[in-house]
Amino acid sequence: MKSLIRGAFLIAATAAILMIINAQLAKSGAQAGGNTLTVYNWGEYIDPDLIKQFEKETGINVIYETFDSNEGMMGKIEQGGTSYDITVPSEYMVEMMQEKDLLVPLDYDKIPNIKNIDPYFMDLPFDPDNTYSIPYFWGTLGIAYNPTLLNGQTFESWDDLWDPSLKQEAVLVDSAREVMGMSLNSLGYSLNSTNIDELREATDKLKRLSPNIKAVIGDEVTQMMMNNEAAVSLIWSGQAADMMSENEDITYVVPKEGSNLWFDNIVIPKTVKNIDGAYEFINFMLRPEVAAQNADYVGYSTPNKKALDLLDPEVVTDERYYPDEAARDHLEVYKNLGLEMLGKYNELFLEFKMNMK
Amino acid sequence: MMRDLKRMVWRMKTNRASLRLSMVPYSLWILLFVIAPIGLIVYYSFFDLSGNFTFENYKNFFTSVYLKLTVSSFWYAFLITFFSLLISYPTAYFLTKLKHKQLWLLLIIIPSWINLLLKTYAFIGLMGLYGPVNALLEAVGIGKQQILFTDFSFVFVSVYIFIPFMILPIFNALDKLNPALIDASRDLGANAWTTFRRVIWPLTLNGVKSGVQVVFIPALSLFMITRLIAGNKVITLGTAIEQQFLVTQNWGMGSTIAVFLILFMVVILLLTTANERGMAGSGKKR
Repeated sequence: MKSLIRGAFLIAATAAILMIINAQLAKSGAQAGGNTLTVYNWGEYIDPDLIKQFEKETGINVIYETFDSNEGMMGKIEQGGTSYDITVPSEYMVEMMQEKDLLVPLDYDKIPNIKNIDPYFMDLPFDPDNTYSIPYFWGTLGIAYNPTLLNGQTFESWDDLWDPSLKQEAVLVDSAREVMGMSLNSLGYSLNSTNIDELREATDKLKRLSPNIKAVIGDEVTQMMMNNEAAVSLIWSGQAADMMSENEDITYVVPKEGSNLWFDNIVIPKTVKNIDGAYEFINFMLRPEVAAQNADYVGYSTPNKKALDLLDPEVVTDERYYPDEAARDHLEVYKNLGLEMLGKYNELFLEFKMNMK
Repeated sequence: MMRDLKRMVWRMKTNRASLRLSMVPYSLWILLFVIAPIGLIVYYSFFDLSGNFTFENYKNFFTSVYLKLTVSSFWYAFLITFFSLLISYPTAYFLTKLKHKQLWLLLIIIPSWINLLLKTYAFIGLMGLYGPVNALLEAVGIGKQQILFTDFSFVFVSVYIFIPFMILPIFNALDKLNPALIDASRDLGANAWTTFRRVIWPLTLNGVKSGVQVVFIPALSLFMITRLIAGNKVITLGTAIEQQFLVTQNWGMGSTIAVFLILFMVVILLLTTANERGMAGSGKKR
């Protein structure tokens, strides 16, 4: 009994000590909180030197965390318990997060550098008046391929992927909207289609692509293309740029039927702790020389008009990365189709994946 | 006499009190991390996307897509378990015959300490078109093969990962086996095969059952290897759950699949749980 009491006392004492330590930590954390900024971004999506430069200039300590899917990111912000000051959702996710009231309206008096952004990329349907978001990078979805592995075959149309000579060669990204969108586009439908018959037709067409598919994977595509493991892939422009910088045989094309035009956007989520720091960071990232350096590092296209003058003219005039406005008219931005429809897309995509053999 | 009795009662009381106290962490753990999550999963499985109570998710599960998914999950889990057992049983038997068996066992266990993801990525390199395996195949004149993203690579890598978990319980069962029983069997005229079938196998069946349990159940819900090694050409229930939660955000459907997965696991657990009495019985049979 005595040892029991002693044990209980021990537990109580430990708990008390832990509570005191915890309180102390929380206090020092709060002090540091005034001077830290938590940035929640996609992996490999910022030049690390720029973070150092920002820290040096402002004295703000940046904590950089990464995510690999829009939905995963929103989940973490929605559940709370996090203190992200900045995050970078794609366009449809800006819409979704705004519907769920997870975003802070931006105060443009604190972001004078907004003037550097190309007006073409402002005031887009997913966030009219840019109330909540500022475009960070943009790009397209297309086909990256290596002609040397394919006897010089080229890809002008999505239908070229269905060519019987490509047995077991094509790699697709593991994402329902992208793969279904490709099939819809190849049939001449909108990639935002909510027509069940069109979706059905697109799924059936995808099933006919099965013999040509080597794999449906994630970011590993880049590495595989670089190493000549795969000859052709459905991929975003920035990842294609990464491939090309390592393997000069690879080229990238946006098929003529049209494709997806996407935007990743800086927002301030409701979990913000250091709002002044967040504005300072946004304004910093919008500086022409910073945006140019970042675009050079990341490989996607910058919406910063002033930064374009600072970039390699060869890249900026390359239609594959910076399609002109006429070409962009072929492209469609994803609309938020609602969870019900997103579920349908994923169900059909799952059906396709299960029919791959 | 009276004092002894008092002391006995006293001791029993303290025993019971300390027993109760020592139960606290366990019950808290079970309540917080087992019962509560399962309760939540069951609860969520009855709601649709807009938060209305519904049985729709359960109805949905019985559509062709999910039933096919279940069948294919079971098939691959069966293959993985079968090949793991096929390799593990002789290996475990061989290990028990070695001089430094604990050391050899340790060498087999050590790779399981390395992060699963790292090992999986290593296989991507090994099995690639320009990896060492294909270099070897080319050297012996077979020529390059597409190894990655096939059924073979998926089962192979999964078996590799699960083997230590299969070997360990079988090794323990074999190690505890009294060698005198084998001698007796041989003395009584049984040949090696009969000895194995009538003596060794029944007496180590419990080890095999726990091995099957720790391999089959996780194999049902593998999801990372399906993408990295099988290129999504193999899809398991685990993949579907991951997708429902992370992409589709349909927690209701994800939970429903999880409920079925739990049910399947309970059934497998019941089928493979070592039954000491049943064991003795099967030993007695002729």
